[in-house]
Amino acid sequence: MLDFLQRLGRNNLARLSALGRAGIFFFQALMHVPSVQSIPLFVKQLYAIGVLSLIIIVVSGLFIGMVLGLQGYYILVAYGSEQAVGQMIALTLVRELGPVVTALLFAGRAGSALTAEIGLMKATEQLSSLEMMGVDPLKHVIAPRLLAGFVAMPLLACIFSAVGVWGGMMVSVDWLGVYDGSFWGNMQAAVDFRQDIVNGVIKSLVFGVVCTWIAVFQGYDLVPTSEGISNATTKTVVYSSLSVLGLDFVLTAVMFGDL
Amino acid sequence: MRMRTIEISVGLFIAAGIGALFLLALEVSGLSLRPQESTYKVYAEFTDIGGLRVRAKVSVAGVTIGRVSKIGLDNRSVKALVEMQIRSDIDFITRDSIARVTTAGLLGEKYVDISIGGDFDVLGEGDYFESSQGALNLEKLISDFATSNL
Repeated sequence: MLDFLQRLGRNNLARLSALGRAGIFFFQALMHVPSVQSIPLFVKQLYAIGVLSLIIIVVSGLFIGMVLGLQGYYILVAYGSEQAVGQMIALTLVRELGPVVTALLFAGRAGSALTAEIGLMKATEQLSSLEMMGVDPLKHVIAPRLLAGFVAMPLLACIFSAVGVWGGMMVSVDWLGVYDGSFWGNMQAAVDFRQDIVNGVIKSLVFGVVCTWIAVFQGYDLVPTSEGISNATTKTVVYSSLSVLGLDFVLTAVMFGDL
Repeated sequence: MRMRTIEISVGLFIAAGIGALFLLALEVSGLSLRPQESTYKVYAEFTDIGGLRVRAKVSVAGVTIGRVSKIGLDNRSVKALVEMQIRSDIDFITRDSIARVTTAGLLGEKYVDISIGGDFDVLGEGDYFESSQGALNLEKLISDFATSNL
């Protein structure tokens, strides 16, 4: 019984201290942000995190938009209001699916790669040798990756939503014959720039911060063995996905509800 | 050379992202980059506005000429006070025009439709419609019919 309690306490203390380390790590890394020399590093990371994620984002955005168009049409046509399919597609994408699905894909595509990369750097002691040479790894390895994640995620989410709306339009207007004037008209009447689009961008920014933070910290804090790397990569994807979904509920409640 | 292609693709990525944001803003939310069209405000009181909301359209003969900008309750008359912004080039709304809360289709959105009258005097900034007709309450109509109060 006492052993069990001790184990419970030890596990939770370990978790708490990891959370604390993650917080300290985050602020230390962000202290280093602005300097001219770090721009090439930042650009390189933006390439690895943002540009290389483009294909998966564009393809999934397109298909999710098309499926929304199809499903929305079949449901709405029963009530004779298939013109509302545009507003349904746009609101679903801009408010929810754009930020959330992008963040989930981002965690799987870019987050896991970040963790594995930094983890391998740690396992092969590149990070400690950088430190030995008097180069701060937080400044040269971590900060550019964090920043690139913050920038890439909202951009990816915007691209996702725009491509999704286009895919939905293709299905419902071009294939199923919804009148395009009322498709766009209903959409523009229903979607508000401040209320819907800006809030969606804010959401994706929050998700970007959380996902990159988790990914980079898991890589930085792992046990430097091959098993440790695989564990940390798994944890990155699981923790990022869960926190994105949980945060999404909280953010939605704050932004669109009357909580 | 390799760094150059990376930089170019990153530039393209950022441009695509910002372009997507603009597309969402302009096409999807219908935000206008042009400065706000000049408008003037007119008011109408309704006994019942049904489900009329702010941003609903205001139309003459089905053509949109403005939108509802504010909805409040007039404390004295206990009627709904609806503020509408009308485009400045629409300067022929006569004083005896009727503002009517109508529905697009049977179940569609509520909007304000204006029937132009024949007066020579027109409404200007801050003026009130003299006559208005509130939303048709289907339930009330049916219950009136059922209890033959019609």
